[in-house]
Order: sequence, then structure tokens, then C-alpha cells
Amino acid sequence: MTPAELAERVRSRCPDTVVARGDVSTIVDRDDLLETLAWLRDDDDLSLGFCCSVTATDWPGSDPRMWVVYELRSIEHRHRLRVKVGLAEGDANVPSVSSLYPTANWHERETHDFYGIVFEGHPNPRALMLPDGWEGFPLLKTEELGGVNTRYKGAFIPPVDTRTTTT
Amino acid sequence: MADAPTASASGRQTRIDPGTGEAYVDERTGELRQETMIINMGPQHPSTHGVLRLLLELDGETVIGCAPIIGYLHTGIEKNTEYRTWMQGVTYVTRADYLSPFFNELGYCLAVERLLGIEAPPRAQVIRVLMNELNRISSHLVWLATGGMELGAVSVMLYGFRERELLLDIFEEATGLRMNHAYIRIGGVIMDLPDEGVPHIERFLEAMPARIADYERLLDENPIWLERNVGVGTLSAEDALALGVTGPMLRAAGVATDVRKDEPYCGYETYDFEVPVGTGADAYTRYRLRIEEMRESMKIVRQCLDRLEPGPVMVQDPKVAWPAKLSVGPDGIGNDPAYIRHIMEESMEALIHHFKMVTEGVEVPAGEVYQAVESPRGELGFYVVSDGGHRPYRVKIRDPSFVNLQAVPAMVEGSLVADTIATIASLDPVMGGVDR
Repeated sequence: MTPAELAERVRSRCPDTVVARGDVSTIVDRDDLLETLAWLRDDDDLSLGFCCSVTATDWPGSDPRMWVVYELRSIEHRHRLRVKVGLAEGDANVPSVSSLYPTANWHERETHDFYGIVFEGHPNPRALMLPDGWEGFPLLKTEELGGVNTRYKGAFIPPVDTRTTTT
Repeated sequence: MADAPTASASGRQTRIDPGTGEAYVDERTGELRQETMIINMGPQHPSTHGVLRLLLELDGETVIGCAPIIGYLHTGIEKNTEYRTWMQGVTYVTRADYLSPFFNELGYCLAVERLLGIEAPPRAQVIRVLMNELNRISSHLVWLATGGMELGAVSVMLYGFRERELLLDIFEEATGLRMNHAYIRIGGVIMDLPDEGVPHIERFLEAMPARIADYERLLDENPIWLERNVGVGTLSAEDALALGVTGPMLRAAGVATDVRKDEPYCGYETYDFEVPVGTGADAYTRYRLRIEEMRESMKIVRQCLDRLEPGPVMVQDPKVAWPAKLSVGPDGIGNDPAYIRHIMEESMEALIHHFKMVTEGVEVPAGEVYQAVESPRGELGFYVVSDGGHRPYRVKIRDPSFVNLQAVPAMVEGSLVADTIATIASLDPVMGGVDR
């Protein structure tokens, strides 16, 4: 299926579907997410049964504040689709898709670590990439780059950018 | 004391006290003790390929539970790219999966090039394919060497690293570095192949078939290798697909999929090569596939050498191309002295342009793309978002090691501890890519 044909087929259920730079992407409402993904996965023409990745982007000051991004792939039909769900400021939760795509388990845990998005119904919602007890969500745009204060065996190590001066 | 059976009703082996020859019995309840043991394998363990930690629940020698714990090598590569120019991003992503740096560079650059709407010139495309396939061989050699060592095949380790050294020499000659090259850049590659590069690769292609035949003679019918690998770490196609497993792991389960064939990039559709597929779905099949993949990569490298025709290796658009020229000096690769003289002494405009490109760099139109390439470990994807500025807004690396590692519990639960080692080896995870 060409990107245009795929977009046409997806549009029958998700009107907000566009083709840009060869990628087909569609915007889905949070409440319809699971049903839509089940349809995309099980429809014979689409059979998007392979979830490549789940991640998010953060846009402070915009509405929606965050997008959760699912990259789906059909191995049989050799096409791809991006599914995006917008989340409003202060409402960072979305249903977990790991019941449909078991591979989403770790992707969702990582996305929670980095963005603080809560994946409701996740079977194992523990920290994956960050240490237990880590405060903050480092990939939010409001988090500065430059490291964090570290305490190790009594030593205090300040962030990299405040550690040395060049003057 | 009750008679000590050797197996319980459930078929589970009971533990016999080696001192008394009697079964361990719980003194309080009078029943056979059935508790399990939890051990940590890693994060510092010679056979976990870096800082992978596995929490294993053991019943005797049998693994009944497994939880991979990752994140020890998290370096914030994705966050860092958001604070650098688009061109500097190459230097960051190349360090993710450090055994396949050219793949990281290629995936990132292809994604950015799609956002820019440009394509690298033909010679650059051929050099990209050439370097990628050499890199695939070098990565598989590390897998063979480390995997062999973990199962006691130490001669294979020495051979694997010996041959990899030949490839690293080629990489060093062309890029200046053995790893983390930052050679593939947005719009092409940073410099052309050196004069002695092609003959050097030719010599490698001549030497390699006999070396691969050696590995096969050592391992293919080696009783220990078969005992440790055949039927070990099995993962069915259905499970692999559900868990998002790609690459040789998925192809070993009989699913013929390869991004180079399914969604060709850099002209892969014009190269003649096969994608080896197996049906055993076990560690041995993965071994066979990777050996065959090395042969197929050599076929592609041969075709690349035949196709190399003179031409530019970087797009001509001055708003995209890296301004500096590199050359090999007595102390390695660095800025070309003639170019330095040009910008410092001859042309103010060239200096301004150089300064602007290096500090600010290319401006990428707003948008988002997902670009996949076939790395030695599977689908390596880059989801790149631009807000129209001089820096990436978001770079998400979909690393195949990260996803494949999720399948470890499915593969090792129910098997022996020793098989865990063989299973991890057959998965070929690179923690730099897993943790990023």
C-alpha cells in the first residue's frame, strides 16, 4: 500500500490522518486509543501488528502540552503508521497499550521515566531507565540540561556546567 | 524422617543434602523445602555484555524467573541532542550502540535529510552502504568473539577480534577513529575514502572467506558448541513479533524481514544480496544466520567497490554542507591546512560562512519523520522532530538491543542457568544502545 492509499484507508475511521514526507500519521483521541489500535492491528488490509516504538514529545505553552507517539509497522504489507495522542497540560495519562502490543511494556516505562506520563493499566509501572526514587522527568523541556547534584560515598559532585569555570 | 523421594509429585527435583544423602526437610513443618534462590547476575559480569543486570530466581539450576534491570549506562544522548546543533547530533548518536556507529549515524542523517528534503550524492550513498556493511561484519565479529568466549570457545574469541582489527584499521584510515566516527554527516560523508582505502578493503575481502570458513570448521559441528546452542533460547515467531524483536533474532524464527529489503534506503534495492532466514528459532540458528550475513555483507561491499565512481561526497548546497575540509596530516585526520589558510588569510566571507555553519549550522524545516535502518541487531529507528530551528526538538532512538532485551525472560524462564549465558550471547545486546 502506498502512503496515500494507507492514509485513505485509515481515514475511514480516523479523519485526522495526513501524509508528510512519506510518513503517514494520524491523531487519535485518548478515549478511542485502544479501540483504534486494535482495529489497526487486526484489520486485514492494515495489519499493523508490529509496534516499533512508543515515545513522547513535550511542547510547553501549547495545547496539547504533550504528544504520545506510537510507531506501528506492518511486516506483511511493508507500510508504517504513526499514531499520536495529545495530552492536555496537567492531564498526563493515557491507557497502556501493552495488552495489545506486549513490546510497549518497556517503551511505556521509559516514557514514564522521561516524561512523567502515566500509562494506566500498565502491568509493571516501575522505573526502567532511571534509579529508584529519582525525582523529576529529565526529558521534559522544562528540565535543564547540565546534570544533577550527585552524592556518592560522602562526596558531593555538582552538575557538569557548574563544576569548572573557564575564566 | 520420611523417605526421601528423588522427585516430587509435580515432577520437580528435590534437593538432596550432599552431606547426609537425605532430602532437605523443613524442621518446622516436616515437609521438603521448596524455597527458591534469588541471585543477581551482573551488572558486573563477564558474560552480560556490559552493564546488564539480570535478577534470576533459581530453583536449583533451573531459572524460574528473570527480570532484566537496565539503565546503568544511561547517558542522556537523546536529551543532549536537543541542546546541540543538528550536525553535532551525529557525534552524539554515534555513541549509542557503540558496536554499530555507522548505522546510528546513517539513521540519524537519513532522518534529518528527509526533513530537509535533500539526498546525498551517489558516491556518498555508495560509501555509506560500504561502511555500513563493513560495520555489520565487524559487529558480528564481536558477537562471535564474545559469544564464543562465554561458551568456552576461546580460540574463536581470538580469531574474531583479530579479524575485527582489520576492519577497525580500515575505519581508522577512512575516518580517523576506530569507533564513534561521526563520518556520515547530514548531506553525505565528511571526507572521501583515502587513496589506499579501496586496496585495503580488497585485501580484506580476499582474506575473509577463508577466515569465515575457519570459524565454521571450528564451530559448526563442534559437539560442545552444538550442546550449548541447539534448542537453547528458543523464541517463536509469534512471541518475537509480539515482543517487538527484530533482526537475526526474528529471522531465525522464520520471519523474512529486513529493512534493507522492505523499505530500501541508500539504494539497497539495487544491490544483489540475500537475507538469510532460518527456522530453528534457537541460539544455533542465530549463529548460522550471522555467519551467512557476514558473507552477504561481503557481497554488498564487493558491489560497492565496483560502483565507486568519482564525484562529490557531500551535497553542494552551502547552507547544508559542512564547510570545513578535512585531510590526513602527520598526526591524523584534521582540518586541511589549505582550507585553514583560505579562511584565515584569504577570504573573510569564507570565514564568516565557516563560523556561521559551525556555531549555528543548518536550519531544518519543522516536521517529524521516523527513519529505520537495518542494524546488525535489527530495526534501528530514529524519530526526529524539528520545530524549524537550528537544533533538534526531539531525537528518539529506537534501539534494537533495547527492544530485543525484553524477550530475555520469555527465552530463559524454564531453562538452566548455563543456558541463560548462551541465550544472552545469541541476543547480542549492546548496552550503549539499550540505555542510550
